[in-house]
Amino acid sequence: MSIETVSLSGRKKEVSNKKMTFAESLYLVAIFKGLMITIKHLFKKKVTIRYPEQARPLSPVYRGQHMLMRDEEGRERCTACGLCALSCPAEAITMKAAERTPEEKHLYREEKYASIYEINMLRCIFCGLCEEACPKQAIYLTKSRVMVKPSSDREDFIYGKDKLVMPLEMAIKNTQNQAAN
Amino acid sequence: MKVTIDGQSIEVEPGTTILQAARMIGGESVPPAMCYYSKLKGSGGKCRCCLVEVSKGSEADPRPMPKLMASCVTGVMDGMEVKSISSERVLDARKSVTEFLLINHPLDCPVCDQAGECDLQNLSFKHGAAKTRFIEEKRTFEPENIGPYIQLHMNRCILCYRCVMTADQLTDGRVHGVMNRGDHAQISTYISKAIDNEFSGNMIDVCPVGALTDKTFRFKQRVWFNKPYNAHRDCDKCCGKTTLWMFGDEIQRVTARKDVYHEVEEFICNECRFEHKDPADWVIEGPRKFEKDSVINQNNYTRELKPVKIETEKNILLGRDIDRKKISMKDVPLDAEEMKELKEGNV
Repeated sequence: MSIETVSLSGRKKEVSNKKMTFAESLYLVAIFKGLMITIKHLFKKKVTIRYPEQARPLSPVYRGQHMLMRDEEGRERCTACGLCALSCPAEAITMKAAERTPEEKHLYREEKYASIYEINMLRCIFCGLCEEACPKQAIYLTKSRVMVKPSSDREDFIYGKDKLVMPLEMAIKNTQNQAAN
Repeated sequence: MKVTIDGQSIEVEPGTTILQAARMIGGESVPPAMCYYSKLKGSGGKCRCCLVEVSKGSEADPRPMPKLMASCVTGVMDGMEVKSISSERVLDARKSVTEFLLINHPLDCPVCDQAGECDLQNLSFKHGAAKTRFIEEKRTFEPENIGPYIQLHMNRCILCYRCVMTADQLTDGRVHGVMNRGDHAQISTYISKAIDNEFSGNMIDVCPVGALTDKTFRFKQRVWFNKPYNAHRDCDKCCGKTTLWMFGDEIQRVTARKDVYHEVEEFICNECRFEHKDPADWVIEGPRKFEKDSVINQNNYTRELKPVKIETEKNILLGRDIDRKKISMKDVPLDAEEMKELKEGNV
């Protein structure tokens, strides 16, 4: 065997245009063989599902939209320490800190809080590093199936505190559940 | 006088301390210092972070010193041999000292403005334990207002006395000091009298922790999101050489320039520090460099990026000639005989 005839990939196939016999030219056997494959697949388990009526189960490590958590007393946990923005590989997070006044003690847990907290959802890659970096357990990536709502305006994808902070009703419900347990 | 620190020898002047000799050598064997400040007379000897083992006292008296010595206040002797990072005892002592310093520290780094340039943070990162064993209630103080420029957080203070010495040596008539004793010792002003002196702002730079911070910069920005620039201006009170901490075109903070040991190179006056926040007031020299592992370098794309060039032989990415022929490429057409073979087939 010379080097010219060896197949390097192992997939080389010689093509030929040899004359067919009469039996072969009727194609009956070939058609039957092909149909057998089709019929066999009719009785196999389906690999597709009827989305959106059905949905696949989420992976245990699924990461959906972010949420800024509240503590048991309904106060915001975030202190605008900037570690989420520092760890963010896509540089999607920006924030501005402000000092808590004595009247706002029921709203924020620490003396500093984030007056502006924005995540650019077009930049975010949902890697979850912000959640990992947070020293105050303030930011979490939820199991929400809706990651980002579609829109035609780029401005709509910059999520501020109005969209990110946990709703107060949810915090109340969580505390009630905890007290019940 | 010859002194050997971690196996590295150096000739120094008589009267040099071990810490100064170690800093002349540089590198890993420099002990950390929380209270010692080379620009302040009489500083040092309080925090015990810089403890080293003296394994040979001197040429005349070669016995080792029985206890660990504070390197910032111990003078070198001829022929002295010192173990800093190479000694197990020293590392153990540093770990314990760090734990002691953190006992009453509130650990509120996410809130603290000093985070990112804090000596205590660096110390506990390098020498501290990951977890605290302290379960008792931490000592706290009532918040106190000490003037319009400086914010005092007494809870964070480690009582290094640096600010007291700054006030003593830089200004005439200091108005703040350490009150009470023992566990109750605290930095305070005489009946909350506002600190009002041309050079009082240097206490902010001198403070190794976040106990004294800039009130005009309070909660404005984390230090690693600022862009630090060297800048200067004509000032009749001080040298005018500063570091500007910019965010966009806005000057958010002005500090003195700090060297590798986070010590101020030259003290600056309050006018430069607090009253000139307009970029037009300053001549900007260029970006300020920080040590390689500083968080301040994060997200500043100041390093020049060179395009990657693959240095190979010519045509190596195309493959060897015989291989190219095999994978019948367009460039190597089949000859007449090969064509005939293909047409007929080999069945």
